[in-house]
This record gives sequence, structure tokens and C-alpha cells, in this order.
Amino acid sequence: MDLFAIATVPAAAAVDPSLHAADRFLAVPVSLLFWAITLVVLGISVRQANRTLDERSIPLMGVMAAFIFAAQMFNFQVVGGTSGHLLGGVLAAVLLGPWAGTLVMACVVIVQGLVFSDGGLLVMGANIFNMGIVGTLGGFAVYRVLCGLFRGEDRGRVPAAAIAGWLSVMGAALMMSLELIVSGTSPAELVLPAMLGVHLFIGIGEALVTGAAVAFIATTRRDLLDLRPDRAARVAERAGAVPA
Amino acid sequence: MTASDVEKVPVEPRPEPATASATAPARRRSRVGRWWWAAGIAIAALVVVILAPLASPDPDGLERVAADTGFIERATNFWGGILNGYAIPGIDDPRVSTILSGLLGVAIVVAIVFVLGRVVARRKA
Repeated sequence: MDLFAIATVPAAAAVDPSLHAADRFLAVPVSLLFWAITLVVLGISVRQANRTLDERSIPLMGVMAAFIFAAQMFNFQVVGGTSGHLLGGVLAAVLLGPWAGTLVMACVVIVQGLVFSDGGLLVMGANIFNMGIVGTLGGFAVYRVLCGLFRGEDRGRVPAAAIAGWLSVMGAALMMSLELIVSGTSPAELVLPAMLGVHLFIGIGEALVTGAAVAFIATTRRDLLDLRPDRAARVAERAGAVPA
Repeated sequence: MTASDVEKVPVEPRPEPATASATAPARRRSRVGRWWWAAGIAIAALVVVILAPLASPDPDGLERVAADTGFIERATNFWGGILNGYAIPGIDDPRVSTILSGLLGVAIVVAIVFVLGRVVARRKA
């Protein structure tokens, strides 16, 4: 399987632990469109993070980037001779907020592409969008709604994070499929059921890891959860209201 | 921002009761924070060392679909990367090669995110 035909690497070394979308998977206009969308979202993320990011979150951002990069190297077995790996967008957003989470996901995908050729540079905008932004913005929005349904974040964060994690994988697979269809790479009737079918199972891994990681941090360092900008604002509000 | 400033940051924003013992627990908490940070990076490093070499060699979801629906031959990138396929040229043992490139990748993303975090968190509007 000559996955890296363009690279001058011996065939034995080209057996890769994971493969994000490659440059020729998508038509150039589709790639450019998603680069544009991703750059806009990253610009908004930088501005929002600039306004709200607590400096005490920076070590946690580093840990998240390290963990997500490492975890994406571990492909776990799913059905039918297929593997899958963590995305981590929902996890990053639950701990850091959607904006800092988006920046962390972008950094991971950029390093994977630039250093390890894991995902192309032309399709990198789409890869950041699918694997990062879908989870950090979309997945996090789902998480917030689910926390409401589970009677508050403090009671519902673990199941909410797990379900949002599963949905973020399905969302990523759906977006990837749509990009492939629009690019003319593969017809909808083939690629949609195939992508969604296999990611049904890959998403279970995402759900388990996301739920476990959130539970772990909630039991070991509960205070870190309050560094997330929206929670920090509420904590400050409450603290300011008490003495008055 | 110097290293000594880092320790001060967690202490100041928290309103502590103005007693003589107030600074001691606050300082201890920041130490715990530092250990926790090191432990988090260590967990990531352990994932690379223990799990990455055990990664399934099977194609991942997208690769599998690419192979099954007939566009796997498009799986080429315009840029070949520096350490293509998480392998370090010249290291024959694939496990060692994967582990070293993974640890290097972890170090790179941590460094980038730290610098980015500092730059972004600075100068609030």
C-alpha cells in the first residue's frame, strides 16, 4: 500500500500509524474554501481567547495538546480490519473552552501535517475544520445543551462529554464525506454509508476516552474546570455578589 | 513574563482571607499545579511510549473507506513532511522510531501551544 508515493521514504517506513485526509482527496477549490473558513474561525478564536483566556490555563493547554497529539498516534481496533483514533476536540473544549480548544486542535493538526506529513497541507484547512472545529465549537455546543438536560454541568459533565464526543466523530465523518462528494472524489451513495458506518464504532472510543478524561480531571483537579472562561466568569460573578 | 512570575499568577486573582496563614496554602497549591502539569505531560509521554507502538496497523476509518470506495490512490501529499509516517530515518527498530518521533511531536506541540498561549493571553482588551 503506497500511501506516501510522493515522499522519498522507503516503503517499510511508510507504514503509518494514522492518516488524515491527503491533499489529492479533495478538489483544490474545496480545499481552499475550507482553508478560508478555518482561518476565519482561527482568527475569531485568537480574539476571543485574547479576551477571555486565563493565563493559568496555559499549562492545561500544553497538557491537552500533548495528550491529544499522543492519543492520535494510538489507533485502536474497531470492526472489520479497521482502526480509529481519538480526535479530542470535545475534550479540549470542555476543559479549555471552545476558543482555546480550537487553537490547541489547530496546533496539533498543523504539527502532524508539517512535521509528519500526517494529512496534507492543502487539505489542512479541512482537516482542522473536521477534526478540530466540528468538535470544539459544534461538539461543545452539544455538550452545553446536554449538560442542561442532565440538570447541570456538575452532575452531567461525564455523560454529556461522552455523547458530544461520539457526535463530534460522526460530525467529522459527515463533513469529510461531504467534502469528498463535492470534490467528486467519491459518490454520495458509496462514501456516506461507508464513512458514517465505520465511524459509528470509532466514535465509541472517542466517547469512552472523552468521558474518562473529564471524569479523571473532575476528581483529581476540580479547580481546573473553573478556569474555562464561561465558568470563571460565573465564579467571579458569584464571588463578587456575596460580600455586597 | 519570567519563571518567577508564573508562580505569582495563580495566587493573586484568588481572594484569600487576610490572615497570616493565607499565603502558605496558596503557594502550596501552585506547587501542586506544577506537579500536576508535569504529570499531565508524563501521561502523554506514556501514551506515546506504551500505546503508540501497539497501535493497530489496520487502516483507519477514512483510509478504509478510501480503499473500499476506490480513491486510496489519491492518498498523496504535496509536502512529504520531515519525519514522514512518524518514523525517524536511520532507526531500524520501528517501535523505537515511532516512540522517538512521537516524543518529539509531543515536545513540539507543547512548545508551540505554550508560546501561543502566552502571546494570546497577554494584553487583555
